Amino acid sequence: MVPVFTEQFGNASSIHWFGQDAKSLIDDARREVAKLINAETSEIVFVSGGTEADNFAVRGTKRGHIITSKIEHHAVMHTCKDLEKQGYDVTWIGVSADGVVDPDDVRNAIRPETVLISIMHANNEIGTIQPIEEIGKIAAEADVYFHSDGVQSTGKIPVDVKKLGVDLYSISAHKIHGPKGVGALFIKKGTTLKPIMTGGGHERNRRSGTENVPGIVGFGAAARLAREGLSHDMARVQLLRDRLETELKRQVELIHINGENAKRLPNTSNIMVDYAEGEGLVISLDLKGVAVSTGSACSSGSLEPSHVLTAIGKTPDEAHGSLRFSLSSMTSAEDIDYVLNLMPGVVSRLRDLSPYYKRV
Amino acid sequence: MAYSEKLLDYFQNPRCVGEISDADAVAEVSNPVCGDVMKLWVKVEGDRIHDAKFKAQGCSAAIATSSYATEKLIGMKITDARQISKEEIAQALGGLPASKIHCSVLASDAIRKVLKGF
Repeated sequence: MVPVFTEQFGNASSIHWFGQDAKSLIDDARREVAKLINAETSEIVFVSGGTEADNFAVRGTKRGHIITSKIEHHAVMHTCKDLEKQGYDVTWIGVSADGVVDPDDVRNAIRPETVLISIMHANNEIGTIQPIEEIGKIAAEADVYFHSDGVQSTGKIPVDVKKLGVDLYSISAHKIHGPKGVGALFIKKGTTLKPIMTGGGHERNRRSGTENVPGIVGFGAAARLAREGLSHDMARVQLLRDRLETELKRQVELIHINGENAKRLPNTSNIMVDYAEGEGLVISLDLKGVAVSTGSACSSGSLEPSHVLTAIGKTPDEAHGSLRFSLSSMTSAEDIDYVLNLMPGVVSRLRDLSPYYKRV
Repeated sequence: MAYSEKLLDYFQNPRCVGEISDADAVAEVSNPVCGDVMKLWVKVEGDRIHDAKFKAQGCSAAIATSSYATEKLIGMKITDARQISKEEIAQALGGLPASKIHCSVLASDAIRKVLKGF
């Protein structure tokens, strides 16, 4: 990325040589991103990130009935809610206690006026992998566009947009160790999508705005590394994640793993700790250098517990003690040991403060 | 959220944690929205609070403010203790965003509740 900031700073829309240099850098990156998800290069449109990709997919589809799930990322959820306010009809599909959409629920929700199904590939909070291939078949039979938010899954599990049967697929660079502020929407050849950014007609009239060349170049490099390392890295990450969960369950009583019985991303672990509050756990771990997140209402400005934990049937009290660990190819066995050494003490300290907890 | 060092200190090393077996009064308050809870025990002598202890389940701000307020309570006149406000507690620990004051500062309500009979 650095030479693109300092030397090759041409505008890819310009026909002079340094503009064309930038264009060729974008083309290289587009090939890498396409390869990562088995798309054609012409099917990749660079955007500012996962949120824009989701907005583009949902808002760009013609007006009509939309089917989505209750566990979507805010980028899809809030976009659908906004369209609802504008008079669109939206069906919100629930999920099982393990956080998985039933394809039959999607099939049953389809109406003649349905124009879009938007179901995420893998959930960002609990990591559950949705039956995208099955839903893809249902969408194709009904001749309805199918969008999947693949921000969380890309780079963690193999993604083949042809096999999945999606028409639209969102990805984000920073979720695969690329730079922030860049992402892409896969638009299957032949899919009609109205641009949400209008202007100079960049990205073959699909997304106007001068290309973020350094970001795109970084995205391309990250996509190549993700593709090359995927099977090896993620097998190792899954072993680490499984060890983290097995040992936590052994060492700390009264904890539960969300989505435990579902197919999950190899890097995500969402646990609930009884008699301890999530934000307090996050701060305790943060003070020791461990960065995790929580679905507890106490950590959100809205004071609402996570909509994902609510959708899998957890009460606000249960969501109160939730923690999400996200591992990556850069997580080491020592990192897991460090967390395992820390957690029992952190949890028991907070539990000792609780008026409800009685040591057994 | 960036907490003050003082707040983090009260969270990590909370003072006055525990129960008083022969307490003169006990009160429990909770926030129905987020689920944070504080339980407060007091011993009263004359018109003053002789001893106080607390337990809490909640975010770091809930634990820190509960601890700070319980500590402050000891030796205080009952009439003065009733005047302690949420804002005052939050301010003493370096301040908190308005929404966080409302949900996490349980101590002022707990104090008024525990002192009801005096």
